[in-house]
Amino acid sequence: MLDPAPATPQTSHPLLQTVGLTKRYGDFLANDSIDIEIFPREIHALLGENGAGKSTLVKTIYGLVQPSAGELRWQGAPIKLSGPAEARSLGIGMVFQHFSLFDNLTVAENVALGLDGKEPFKAISARLADVARDYGLPLDPSREVWQLSVGERQRIEIVRALMQNPKFLILDEPTAVLTPQEADQLFVVLERLKAEGRAILYISHKLDEVKRLCDTATILRGGKKVATCNPKRETAASLARMMVGTEIKEVKPPAERRTTVPRLVVNDLNLAPSELHGISLRNISFELKGGEILGIAGVAGNGQDELFAALSGERLVKEPGTIIIDGLACGHLSITQRRKMGAAFVPEERLGHGTAPRMRLSENALLTGHAAGDMVRHGFINAAATLRTVDLTTETFDVRKAKRDPEAASLSGGNLQKFVVGREILRGPAVLVVNQPTWGVDAGAAAIIRQALIDLASAGAAVLVTSQDLDELIEIADRIAVMFHGHLSEALPRADATREKLGLLMGGATLEKEAAHAIGA
Amino acid sequence: MLLVEAIILSVLAASTPLLLAATGELVTERAGVLNLGVEGMMIVGAACGFAGAWMSGSIIIGALCGIVAGMLMSVIFAFMTLGLAVNQVATGLALTILGIGLSGLIGARFVGERITTAPKLAIRGLTDIPLVGRILFGEDAFVYLSLALIVAVWWFLYRTRAGLVLRACGDNHVSAHALGYPVLRIRLLAVLFGGGCAGLAGAYLPLAYTPFFIPGMTAGRGWIALALVVFASWRPGRLVIGAYLFGAVTILQLHAQGAGVGIPSQFMSALPYLATVIVLVLLSRARTGGSTAPAALGTVFVPDR
Repeated sequence: MLDPAPATPQTSHPLLQTVGLTKRYGDFLANDSIDIEIFPREIHALLGENGAGKSTLVKTIYGLVQPSAGELRWQGAPIKLSGPAEARSLGIGMVFQHFSLFDNLTVAENVALGLDGKEPFKAISARLADVARDYGLPLDPSREVWQLSVGERQRIEIVRALMQNPKFLILDEPTAVLTPQEADQLFVVLERLKAEGRAILYISHKLDEVKRLCDTATILRGGKKVATCNPKRETAASLARMMVGTEIKEVKPPAERRTTVPRLVVNDLNLAPSELHGISLRNISFELKGGEILGIAGVAGNGQDELFAALSGERLVKEPGTIIIDGLACGHLSITQRRKMGAAFVPEERLGHGTAPRMRLSENALLTGHAAGDMVRHGFINAAATLRTVDLTTETFDVRKAKRDPEAASLSGGNLQKFVVGREILRGPAVLVVNQPTWGVDAGAAAIIRQALIDLASAGAAVLVTSQDLDELIEIADRIAVMFHGHLSEALPRADATREKLGLLMGGATLEKEAAHAIGA
Repeated sequence: MLLVEAIILSVLAASTPLLLAATGELVTERAGVLNLGVEGMMIVGAACGFAGAWMSGSIIIGALCGIVAGMLMSVIFAFMTLGLAVNQVATGLALTILGIGLSGLIGARFVGERITTAPKLAIRGLTDIPLVGRILFGEDAFVYLSLALIVAVWWFLYRTRAGLVLRACGDNHVSAHALGYPVLRIRLLAVLFGGGCAGLAGAYLPLAYTPFFIPGMTAGRGWIALALVVFASWRPGRLVIGAYLFGAVTILQLHAQGAGVGIPSQFMSALPYLATVIVLVLLSRARTGGSTAPAALGTVFVPDR
């Protein structure tokens, strides 16, 4: 069993302290002399945009990265961590953002790998069941991880960390992949851990969550600490301003848009998975009119990638009439043929799927632009035209880069995403299918991309946006449907699509059963 | 009945180098490293094993020379793929080419020499039992060693913590690193074990199978061992079955030729590979979702510090 950490009263002695902590990679300062103090019985938020240095900081605290300068203090005494095992032995636990799990091993084996010492395997399994039950995080020790849902996988991570009875727990964006209801369950567990006297360092992008949960917030920007504050006394806007450094442009609400004829129609789409651990698409039907944005919500891995592959033509379907673009059946047509019909596609992975990382932007422009336009003439590349596309995209979407035509991989995530989305929008598509348009993108770039999607729809295009970010969908979509286990729910009009309703759908409930579910919960 | 006994004895002898080499490769691949240089490590093991035994007059020293030679070859592989993060497939292929050349160089001086091969077990009473006596109690030490080794590997992989860590490295090296396991060191040890096994498997040929060394005497057994690991879907139990099955095919091919059966010998030599392809197809059809191969197999890992 887990013995609660000693219930010490709130003292002025920090549990963990970083003093001038600096991490340098070559010329790049990932962390620039950062001072943080974390006290027992505290949930401390770590805020910052991508690339602000949050991950480097927590990796240093967990012993995965060695600091270039500065020191860590644990209960007042300076420490040097040789690795995560030493951090764990002190009482530092970590729940990773990208799960550090082994798909083909069982839950118990995964937990055993996160524990040190000589505890026999059978004892681990038993203790695992105890801790899981005690904290209301049910888990079957004998199942292999690939069979489990994302929420269950995160439970393994948390239980694994709890089994070390940590005094200090780091959570790296724990709610990014959870439904709102699952997130609420997690907050109950976190509040309990806090009450037990433990300290928690909580990394999140979701400011309302931080305001609700955290006692203190430290904000990083460009590797430096900008401020430490009480998030409950700040507004989401003031926190965002500290993270970004400037005001974020408000996305203009979609002005009255007139919907026209259906431009993208999907009729009873069924598709077997192509990959290991893939999801089958089942009976997916929807209709998307010109001037309309349809949002598809859902926890990652519920068939969104498979749907994108079917719509874009990366995977073909037998029955041509299953997918209709502008009145033409195209289920059997290739991606190039669909582009010629006026469709454009932006996949989730911008590096490797959306662009070839080691090729220049102009070459990447050609890769999706060759189907239509003037980039190819008599089989030869028109270099001037490809460069024009790069310049136009750069100008219209404020893509910041070191030179005129750099390699795709040299751009930051936000700038590359602006390029990838902009490249497609400038082709003036009739139908745009975009997957996770602002995933891992800073707030400024996200606002530009969302505005561009709204403007494109206003110009008469049909836009399909798949996103895990409910706030984003509620902000830009006219209707929102939810994907779960390869099924697509009915699309709810924006006015009806509350976070709660969407959350239930994301967890697999159907709206008819909603009442029963609410009672059960 | 004597013919059946003779065939089984020769099958056991033909299967042992396959089992030894495949056992080593199984451990290497379970750690996530694909070493295609098994043939090269075997042939160098054969040359060095024979050289050691001829000069010292001891089969044991010969076997040790084979193991060390195989390990040294695998050190080259480890330096390239783990140290410099070079592509594993290319390095493995290069290792085989290097091994074939190197073994010719080392072995040139010993071509035409003879040694006394490893003695067969002889226990009064037991070995004399008709039919099964010689099969169960009349083998050379390598046969028993190879079986003991695969049992030990099974126990290690599924019953020890170190084995669990090794499988974890093969499944997801990023996670293993994040939890603080020394992925590269674990893989180095797995590669060395694989090299030692391949060297021993190679040494078996001139020390127990035939009493002399000829260049190229491994004759593709390293490739069969690689196929065998896939055939066994990375499970020790199936590896034993597969090794004896593949060994039987090679022996039957000889007997079939002797008996004048009209099947081209080339077809028979291709059977192990054909069987592997069929197993791969069956595995992918029967797959329920879990991965049979170690998920990180063949991918290079560079830790960030």
